Amino acid sequence: MGSRSFLSKLREGDEIARLITFLFAASVVLITVLLVYELWINSVLPRHKFGLHFFVTQVWDPVVDQYGALPFVYGTLVTSAIALLLAVPLGIGASIFLAELAPPRISDTLQFFIDLLAAVPSVIYGVLGVFIVVPLMRTVIYPALNKPFGYLPIFKGPSYGVGFLTAGIVLAIMVIPYIISVSREVLLSVPRDQREAALALGSTRWESTWKVVVPFARTGIMGSIFLALARALGETMAVTMVIGNTPQIKASLFAAGDSIASVIASQFTEATGDLYLQALIELGLVLFLLTFILNGLARLLIVVTTQKGSGKGNQ
Amino acid sequence: MQASPNPELSVKVNAPAGAATTRENAASIPMRMRISKLNFYYGTKQILFDISMGIADKRVTALIGPSGCGKSTLLRILNRMHETVSTSRLEGEVLLDQQNILAQDVTALRRRVGMVFQRPNPFPKSIFENIAYGPRINGFKGPIADVVEKSLRNAALWDEVKDHLHKSAYELSGGQQQRLCIARALAVEPEVLLLDEPCSALDPISTAKIEELLVELKNLTTLAIVTHNMQQAARVSDFTAFVLTGQVIEFNPTPQLFTTPTDPRTEAYITGRFG
Amino acid sequence: MSARLRWRKFVSNFMLTMTGVCAVVSVAILFLILGYLVVNGGKSINWAFFTQLPKPVGEVGGGMANAIVGSAKLLLVASLIGVPVGFLGGVYLAEFSGAKVASVVRYAADLLNGVPSIVIGIFAYSMAVLPFKQFSTLAGSFALGLMMIPITLRSTEEFLGAVPRMLREGAMALGASKWKTISTVIVPAAYRGILTAILLALARVAGETAPLLFTALGNRYWSPGWGQPTASLPVMIYNYALSPYEDWHRQAWAAGLVLLGLILIINILARTILSRGIAVPRG
Repeated sequence: MGSRSFLSKLREGDEIARLITFLFAASVVLITVLLVYELWINSVLPRHKFGLHFFVTQVWDPVVDQYGALPFVYGTLVTSAIALLLAVPLGIGASIFLAELAPPRISDTLQFFIDLLAAVPSVIYGVLGVFIVVPLMRTVIYPALNKPFGYLPIFKGPSYGVGFLTAGIVLAIMVIPYIISVSREVLLSVPRDQREAALALGSTRWESTWKVVVPFARTGIMGSIFLALARALGETMAVTMVIGNTPQIKASLFAAGDSIASVIASQFTEATGDLYLQALIELGLVLFLLTFILNGLARLLIVVTTQKGSGKGNQ
Repeated sequence: MQASPNPELSVKVNAPAGAATTRENAASIPMRMRISKLNFYYGTKQILFDISMGIADKRVTALIGPSGCGKSTLLRILNRMHETVSTSRLEGEVLLDQQNILAQDVTALRRRVGMVFQRPNPFPKSIFENIAYGPRINGFKGPIADVVEKSLRNAALWDEVKDHLHKSAYELSGGQQQRLCIARALAVEPEVLLLDEPCSALDPISTAKIEELLVELKNLTTLAIVTHNMQQAARVSDFTAFVLTGQVIEFNPTPQLFTTPTDPRTEAYITGRFG
Repeated sequence: MSARLRWRKFVSNFMLTMTGVCAVVSVAILFLILGYLVVNGGKSINWAFFTQLPKPVGEVGGGMANAIVGSAKLLLVASLIGVPVGFLGGVYLAEFSGAKVASVVRYAADLLNGVPSIVIGIFAYSMAVLPFKQFSTLAGSFALGLMMIPITLRSTEEFLGAVPRMLREGAMALGASKWKTISTVIVPAAYRGILTAILLALARVAGETAPLLFTALGNRYWSPGWGQPTASLPVMIYNYALSPYEDWHRQAWAAGLVLLGLILIINILARTILSRGIAVPRG
């Protein structure tokens, strides 16, 4: 009799613990659902007024309550593209060095520093952007590109230091750590005997790395690039501080522009009127969807590769 | 001469079918590779002790012995794969056609001395691309499809894959993948082919196919095989080296080693008393 | 050696050297950042920075005492929100839940983790600012706390799951109930990893600016209690860096150095704790 009540008390304690922890776990799901819901509801005005035209309209004029997302989508895409163009070769090169060449201790030490780089907050990159990259752009980079190549549309026109290229450079620095960390891990998971088979056929070290090991890991490396892209898209502070905050579409990389994240950051608290505010929220929704898709794809690609590395060769 | 004083032989070894080497004509077979006074270390730990033996031209030489006593290490030295481990250290001479392989360019050497690994390891490419890889990086300019076909025929795989050359190599079975790896190694026309326990990850039928293949391949190239399966060594090889704790205890023509071993330790091993 | 082989070897050595250059450049960037911050920020750090309030616009001098305290308050409440949810949620995933529920929760956490911080700010605005028509420390903490949840949750689940079976079974064989086993045996065994995760989550949100822009907003004075807008280090850095005043630029560097210094120290601390190993006996 006494043992039964003791047991049931025991079980009750477990039941309570289960319930409490369940509630907390469930709250995470609830929060996520709520987040999407709130973004959706609070962007109802511009969605009804502009519909899909929102994405193809260039005009962003709060004075006449006309809102179009195109300049920001353009700015986001251009800066991200520049960032990837710069960061991907550098990042993959570094990851090859860390995974294939460097002795394990050096590889781990360098990776430690790269991880610290990923921990630097966006606003600090912004400070460096404002005080170092912007002057550098004005004094070194712009003359170097504009003088010889100024006839090309992308290098035309004046530069005030801020702009698409500056933002792209700062973004590149910010996403390099992500490309390196993930690619390095993916490369390390490639089975040793792939490389050895290539060497045994008379390949040079570079040939075995570039023609066998890297292709084996290519899906995961793609994943790291998607991850970097997702990060670049959502980057707010550093970009806001160096992009010029001018909603316009210009071919020149030296022109000032704006990105989705940076226009939200710079105009949210000054938005007068519901339509204005909700247009910004709709931009937030767009950003959410873009990063959601990219992150999902990235995860898929990375998981597939690391599984391939451990699973294959067992047939 | 008696095979062994003990009438209860636990291993019945027949004269190998493919090997025609007898003690008499063994002396006249040239050695394609020769190992002299080889000592090998990982850091301060010595793995191989004073090894001297040969790899006979256009024959199969088997390395047998219990696990972990250096057979694979020895094999991997023959194409300098030991250099992938940074702490490895080597003393002595290894000659290929009377030239020291340690003094040559390693990339050029590895084209001449090929390797097939324990687990099949095809590249994540098509069957065709796997085989074409070797010739391509070595600058082969001719019709690559011919090379691919020739290699696959030599590896007894052509009929099974000729209509699927552009399928992924991973769609093949284990035994087929290993034959693909053999074909891949043959595509660069190596003078010596090293095989490191090539059948240990395969089923008996695939194993039998590959054993048949190895005997055929003697016409093309010199072979050296590490195996933990004594019967396989007896079936397939012309010469056998018995390796125990980093030393070559005995190196002799296969029929002789298996029927009248000169060293009691060899006899103990092949009669199953250990290993 | 043939000409072709010589060329291939040259290419090999060249390309491999280039990869080394890439690695060096990438790491050098970190040291460049630190270098600039130390040089430019170091000379502006003084006692005033830590103890004084900002001076009126245009006047030289003053400090960021309110921002430092503001950030501390924000992080404190953020932890109170993020850590329990993450930790207890992780306990549920590791100890109680079935596979399906677990994958849903994990998916939600990963999703939340990938949401750009500015969007978290929008969400926090609609949940914690709009209803009260007030920017506040609490709203800011809410945003930051949300961002702490995914890291804490996933890490808790991972480290609890890594505790070996024999430890659990040992406790249960002695008659301990499930939750007693969890609280007295499993969690203590995994505490290092969980602590590390909390520290890393803290380090991550300590530098976040975007979510605070329209929740905690900013304040040039002290922020009493929890219901008022408050200054914070990251937002102050943002505002000062973009201003036209030299003196504010100087202070932005100093604040940047302090902020990054803190974040890096927490990171290094966390990783050292983790590398010391998880307190689990070897079988």
